Amino acid sequence: MMTRHRLTISYMAFVLHRLSGIGLICFLPFHFLVLGLGLEGEAALDNMLAYTDQPLIKLGEYILVILFSLHLLLGIRVLIIEWMPWPDRADGQGGLRAGWIFAALGIALILGWIFIDGVIA
Amino acid sequence: METLTVQIWRGAETGSFASFSVPKRDNQTVLDVVTEIQQRQDQSISYRFACRVGVCGSCAMTVNGKPRWSCRTHISSLKSSVITIEPLKNMPRIKDLVTDMTGFFDKWGQAGNVFESDKTRQDAPAKVDPSSQQRKAANAAIECINCGVCYAACDVVSWNDEYLGPAALNRAWSLVNDERHTGKQDTLVAAMGAGGCSNCHSQGNCMTACPIGLSPTRSIAGLKKMSLFSLMGKQDG
Repeated sequence: MMTRHRLTISYMAFVLHRLSGIGLICFLPFHFLVLGLGLEGEAALDNMLAYTDQPLIKLGEYILVILFSLHLLLGIRVLIIEWMPWPDRADGQGGLRAGWIFAALGIALILGWIFIDGVIA
Repeated sequence: METLTVQIWRGAETGSFASFSVPKRDNQTVLDVVTEIQQRQDQSISYRFACRVGVCGSCAMTVNGKPRWSCRTHISSLKSSVITIEPLKNMPRIKDLVTDMTGFFDKWGQAGNVFESDKTRQDAPAKVDPSSQQRKAANAAIECINCGVCYAACDVVSWNDEYLGPAALNRAWSLVNDERHTGKQDTLVAAMGAGGCSNCHSQGNCMTACPIGLSPTRSIAGLKKMSLFSLMGKQDG
């Protein structure tokens, strides 16, 4: 249940980190399946790669880029929280590195845009 | 006169909210409101308090969805004329606003939180350098009043019965940094055991909710670091 004490930015980061992780796990079996096709010969892999040119699959890849960058950056944030010295900020909340959460969102969107610009367009 | 609508949990695990109307005053804390209701409207309401000034840690309740110390939560800070008061989460409910804090305090002990010393009262007081890194780390965690607010705010506590929780681990952190404590290794072993520091997901709910601004998240992060160093055979992370 989403009670009010959980509606903090650091809790949102936790949820986002977990959900992006679950999204990536769902993708992994398909990733290995496609890579495995290479074992069956060049044609099988090429067929599959041609199949992934569909717009819907491209949309999926775009979401994947966003999920991957979010998961990576939020993971780095957790490492920083646990390994780096905590800044002494007056409200004591500096250690939660809230700035990283917004930066992670921003960078993920930029990388998504680069993907659209470089791969799809 | 303006009035507040106050909904108070009546019952134990099962129960319902009872609604009361209380005059709104210029200076009024949540504890004042509960006391006024108990004194003037319904004497059967059970709740805990002792010092009324934020020292003893007895009066914590869930107020408008958040765990808080009721004695120093001003009604004006809630910015609402409807106030919902429930017992703390993550603890069995006994009656109305009173919870059973046995588990909370038992875990305090399980985290290796007993100070041990090889000195006697005949020895001179230990000379501790207040500006040392270690003492600063101990001091940052030491003011805990055991109110249970962090324990109630923690998601991991609600998922995992074994988890010792933020308060107990915060205390362990101040002990392992206390140079007079001779049981440092035992405390560390207990704090990094099955229900220990590695369960924490760094959500930060505890430090956001702590009424006196402590950061159990920081203490637990320190314990995690120390436990990894200890695994690598280095004593002082």
